[in-house]
Amino acid sequence: MKTALALGVLTVAVAAMTHRVAAQTPAPAPAWAVPGEEVVDPYAVSDANAGATPLADRAVFEAFHGKAGIDRIIDDLVDRSFTDPRTKDIFVAFDRVRIKRTLSEQVCHVLGGGCAYTGRDMAAAHKDMGLVGSDMNALVENLQLAMDREGVPFGAQNRLLAKLAPMKREMSTR
Amino acid sequence: MRIFHSLALAVASVLALAGSARAADLRPQSKLLLTGGVSNVEGAGGGGLASWATTTGYGAAQGVGANLHATGAKLDDYELRSWGAAAGLFDRVEVSYARQAFDTGKTGALLGIGKGFTFHQDIWGAKAVLVGDAIYDQDRLLPQIAVGVQHKNNDRDGLVAALGARSDKGTDYYLAATELLLAQSLLINGTVRSTAANQFGLLGFGGPNGGRSTQVEGSVAWLASKRLAFGAEYRSKPDNLAFARENDAVDVFAAYALNKNLSVTAAYVDLGDIATFKNQRGLYLSLQAGF
Repeated sequence: MKTALALGVLTVAVAAMTHRVAAQTPAPAPAWAVPGEEVVDPYAVSDANAGATPLADRAVFEAFHGKAGIDRIIDDLVDRSFTDPRTKDIFVAFDRVRIKRTLSEQVCHVLGGGCAYTGRDMAAAHKDMGLVGSDMNALVENLQLAMDREGVPFGAQNRLLAKLAPMKREMSTR
Repeated sequence: MRIFHSLALAVASVLALAGSARAADLRPQSKLLLTGGVSNVEGAGGGGLASWATTTGYGAAQGVGANLHATGAKLDDYELRSWGAAAGLFDRVEVSYARQAFDTGKTGALLGIGKGFTFHQDIWGAKAVLVGDAIYDQDRLLPQIAVGVQHKNNDRDGLVAALGARSDKGTDYYLAATELLLAQSLLINGTVRSTAANQFGLLGFGGPNGGRSTQVEGSVAWLASKRLAFGAEYRSKPDNLAFARENDAVDVFAAYALNKNLSVTAAYVDLGDIATFKNQRGLYLSLQAGF
């Protein structure tokens, strides 16, 4: 009888603990997240968050060697920016796995590659970071180096930069 | 040319300045390659002949940039040399100084002013960006717009008066609009200038045919790579003197930035008739060193 009571109390206690643990566990990672990615606070997912409409000219996407080429470029860009003395203090705050995925989606979307963009909008993603014009220029230079390394022709590089450039207004304070 | 030797010496001191700017956290060299233009014939940031709305040097909104230039143009019957210094402050303001030498060489004897007679002119310039961002505002039609002033002082007061010029000093005012069409890899500039300068001021200011008038400058440049641009320019000039006709000027140029410290501009320039000598054309070479 005593044992049964003890078991009952234990069951209730365990149930309560389990319930509390369940309540504390964050929502499961969204379907588009890749392994190793930190989970972020929920937000409304929309292609409009990419901050630019897709290019209609498919030739530019092909000049970037498709999604695989964009993945290589973004991989290189982010790795460069994590070590570049001009940008590393900014990038240290980012989840490297997630930023590579969202940037690659964004570029693929903007170049008309048909990718969905699942990241946050530019204002939300860079809020309170205090980015300035010279930070943007450093990022552009790193992106140019990464595009050079992928062998993207200069004219095609500029087609992308023309799409990204106006985002400076949302990303930086000055 | 000797002028390029002195430039080499000056480069070291400019680079030392760049080091101090970095130490003071003024973020030097944070602008993109070639986006400040090159040093034009009057020492302002622009193309070869035109002044642009961009500020010179590689200092972005949080920084300063500065440079020295040396330019030589070997025309059919004359030689034009120039050196100067300019600084761009916070991507908003530009100040510049240039000293031009217009060497008449053998032509001086034919003109009766003596072989090798040389006119000099000091040009003090300032420019302020009013509105727009030529680089980043890719979704807006509004170009980057700047106003500028250039005060010019010729050292051959007596001779320019004898040639009919009303003054040996003059001030140009200009409004420049520059737009980078990144998707097309093109840069377009248009400038309106109020000036009385005869041959940029080298033959004084104003004359029997008129004084101050409104002139235009236009540049188109195609960016072939981050480092290399090809372009063409047009600049109208007043025609104030009675003894000789003055024509508009055109050039085609290539500008190459080795890095953010050194760039070279080579051009073929046609300045038209100068002091009765027809069709003054020739090669123009300019070096710019800075940060």
